[in-house]
Amino acid sequence: MSITLDSRAPSGPIESKWDRYKADMKLVNPANKRKHTVIVVGTGLAGASASASLAEAGYQVKTFCIHDTPRRAHSIAAQGGINAAKNYMNDGDSVYRLFYDTVKGGDYRSREANVYRLAQVSTSIIDQSVAAGVPFAREYSGELANRSFGGTQVSRTFYARGQTGQQLLLGAYQAMMRQVDEKAVELRTRTEMLDLVVINGKARGIITRNLVTGQIERHMADAVVLATGGYGRVFYLSTNAFNSNVSAAWRAHKRGAYFGNPCFTQIHPTCIPVSGEDQSKLTLMSESLRNDGRVWVPKSAADAKKHPNELAEADRDYYLERRYPSFGNLVPRDVASRNAKYVCDEGRGVGSSGLAVYLDFKDAIKRLGDNVIREKYGNLFHMYHEITNEDPYQVPMRMYPAVHYTMGGLWVDYHLQSNIPGLFVLGEANFSDHGANRLGASALMQGLADGYFVIPFTMGNYLAGFKRDEATTESSEFKDAQASAQGRIDHMVALGKKGGKHTTQEIYRSLGKIMWDKVGMERDEAGLKQAISQIQALRQEFESGVKMQVPEDLGRSQALEVAMRVEDLLELGELMAKDALERKESCGGHFRAESQTEDGEAKRDDENFSHVSAWEYKGDVSKSVLHKESLTFEYVKPTQRSYK
Amino acid sequence: MSAKKMTVHLKVWRQKNKNDAGHFEDYTVQDISDDMSFLEMLDRLNVNLQKAGKLEVEFESDCREGICGTCSCVINGQPHGPVTGAATCQLYMRQFKDGDTIVIEPWRAKAFPVIRDLVVDRSGLDRIITVGGYTGAKTGPHADANSILVPKENAEKAMDYAACIGCGACVAACPNGSASLFTSAKISHMSLLPQGHPLRQSRVTRMVNQMDKEGFGHCTNIGECQSACPKEIKIDSIAIMRREFFNAAIRS
Ligand SMILES: Cc1cc2nc3c(=O)[nH]c(=O)nc-3n(C[C@H](O)[C@H](O)[C@H](O)COP(=O)(O)OP(=O)(O)OC[C@H]3O[C@@H](n4cnc5c(N)ncnc54)[C@H](O)[C@@H]3O)c2cc1C
Ligand code: SF4
Ligand code: FES
Repeated sequence: MSITLDSRAPSGPIESKWDRYKADMKLVNPANKRKHTVIVVGTGLAGASASASLAEAGYQVKTFCIHDTPRRAHSIAAQGGINAAKNYMNDGDSVYRLFYDTVKGGDYRSREANVYRLAQVSTSIIDQSVAAGVPFAREYSGELANRSFGGTQVSRTFYARGQTGQQLLLGAYQAMMRQVDEKAVELRTRTEMLDLVVINGKARGIITRNLVTGQIERHMADAVVLATGGYGRVFYLSTNAFNSNVSAAWRAHKRGAYFGNPCFTQIHPTCIPVSGEDQSKLTLMSESLRNDGRVWVPKSAADAKKHPNELAEADRDYYLERRYPSFGNLVPRDVASRNAKYVCDEGRGVGSSGLAVYLDFKDAIKRLGDNVIREKYGNLFHMYHEITNEDPYQVPMRMYPAVHYTMGGLWVDYHLQSNIPGLFVLGEANFSDHGANRLGASALMQGLADGYFVIPFTMGNYLAGFKRDEATTESSEFKDAQASAQGRIDHMVALGKKGGKHTTQEIYRSLGKIMWDKVGMERDEAGLKQAISQIQALRQEFESGVKMQVPEDLGRSQALEVAMRVEDLLELGELMAKDALERKESCGGHFRAESQTEDGEAKRDDENFSHVSAWEYKGDVSKSVLHKESLTFEYVKPTQRSYK
Repeated sequence: MSAKKMTVHLKVWRQKNKNDAGHFEDYTVQDISDDMSFLEMLDRLNVNLQKAGKLEVEFESDCREGICGTCSCVINGQPHGPVTGAATCQLYMRQFKDGDTIVIEPWRAKAFPVIRDLVVDRSGLDRIITVGGYTGAKTGPHADANSILVPKENAEKAMDYAACIGCGACVAACPNGSASLFTSAKISHMSLLPQGHPLRQSRVTRMVNQMDKEGFGHCTNIGECQSACPKEIKIDSIAIMRREFFNAAIRS
């Protein structure tokens, strides 16, 4: 039976919702804080900032990550920057404008109350990060520098060269390590969460596997925070780090947590194109390049194989400038990506695969000079040169869209709590603030907002009302969860012993290909139905045996780790296709071919789809049940997005 | 750009766990194209091994774009291989020739015990940060970010040192197994910013002592660390660390 979900956002004017929440929330008596243990899974921006903040607030924190050190979380790779409504540039920015841009950019599929809060706390993130020693770029005056980024018309993006994620993560990691020194955070690296333990309807702990020794352990707490990142790796090829996976969130989903908008995926327009069958990941080239680079393909398919420098101006089609005169090369990511696909589908794509468009700096170099371009983009140009063996100062870059971010994730309310009391979800792992499309430089903002500025309060509110029961790690729920985790490992070993036609890696690649072809940039009913049956068949193949050897001691084994994650991704892939099939409208990054305007833009259907889709697991993805949270827009009135 | 195909011979270090003596094993991988990355070549080796019913070579990587610091192979005797300013994951097979033999080993240092094959335990580096690699500012609200100005030049220099990815190649390259480049990079980053000043003295004292406790060796100015560093962290940071250490010692 389908239920309607409640966001539990405070009522009243949007500007004062968060203040009112804080004024009304329950507080934990300081003397009792140490008696509460909180588990945090993940040490990216969201998890590290949450661990540090909760420990400083006085709770006993147990933190886990799969990496060998917390500092390697995928957040480290973010290049471009972080948004904040500081209005340092005096160009008309404000909390309201950031809120407005984010709701509009998300194509009216996010929750207004959450987005407003995000914009409100954004300014504190910058103050906090500077105090933590983050070396943001500065002007000669010694003040912080800003740039415009990802389709916004104000300059509100703070950055640290092309390494903003690295520097913000190191800031959060260092704050967390200080709490490790204070013995307020107990840190376990190389430890993977295999299951969530729910007792009397509340999240009370996790089952983990030590990735060095293979040992399975039970960990108990009064609340569990998941900050385990996104699931873009379901496409195999993506800009996400190799070890990014969905397992922690998926296991929580199988224990009852609803999965929100699984089909909302972001495809980033500027990535280095695929070069061959063995390619293992795709490299993002920062969106900031579109500030100065011009995107084009040859006007005629007959010219697609010619050297770009041989093509006269008249033979080039600057298709974004042509189709979107006011935004030009700075249209949002989903629009830029889809247009790249269209010109390649017309046979005008360039490079050996025909799946690429040019990003050309010739005019910018002429206008600004080599040196200015080198100062702005030198490291990106160098990176491109290293990977492709081509010099972008001489020949235009070749770019193609790639999977980059997942807006979907576990459903959470305004408190960032899932439908399981005591299970909180932060960062990319939740579905919350980006609707159907995330704007550039807003994921870092959201991860740190969740961890530094939201969870310390909402966790306190939860724990203040928490009554401890008789449960211990000897409770049957813990024993059962441990047995089921052990059972999965035995099952994987057995699959390897049975053997099969393919390695796990090969199955993983096949899954990625199905997802990219049918659940990627453009989706339609027939393709989605095919995807579902193909994924089911692939899962059957996997479950009947794979070519895999696992070391006898069951300790460190990449093969075993990957196999367990692929098993979860196979199920998630099917749910994504199912969700995309159910959402018959187009919105943001979710483009249903059946629902487009005459101009080929995403056409929303607000009457039928102005809701969050939250899926409940019922033993098999084919039986999953859809629940809805309806979305109302009191402040930013939905309109057809137009970037003309 | 058409890719060339090649065959490479590998001598790979295999070691079951930290107590195992370890040994080299020989493999040949064919049909490698020159635009594949070095790690994609190792992926291919592992698929081949799985298909042949053998255990894969355990190695580590994550971002595969030179920023996370996970990848860590000594390639033909050089940590992160032959290209300067690049991590193992940023190495492409066009650096090698058809028929080449490539020797692949883990980071070797007393303070980095081998976990399995090419995977080592670098948690000692985390423990150095734990005792002082931060400003000490609390989380939560602070004064406006522009209330303390920082000269652009200092911010840029601080960023140069803050770029360290914590990979440990400097330790692996150093004949003494010293972690001085890693540690001094963090100390230099913090000492260049006003926000880093309050904990200045305790930071350097505690971090340097922790290096010793972890079993990292002493720095004798050999300079191999700087050549191996994928982020080109300059060895002048070690001079900054010494100065900070000396200043802290005379003030305490
Ligand atoms: C190349 C690239 C560039 C980007 N650039 C920008 C940008 O410029 N601006 C911007 O705003 N956003 C950017 N993003 C997006 C942004 O970086 C991410 O969305 C964000 O960092 C995610 O942070 P997180 O804390 O939610 O998760 P992550 O950083 O992914 O951290 C996940 C954590 O969970 C742990 N974990 C995972 N599974 C388990 C498990 N089962 N058990 C235990 N631990 C587990 C991991 O060890 C890790 O610590 C970029 C993304 C990419 C890929
Ligand atoms: S100083 Fe260089 S070599 Fe040493 S850990 Fe940092 S990035 Fe790696
Ligand atoms: S894998 Fe991240 S630096 Fe090499």
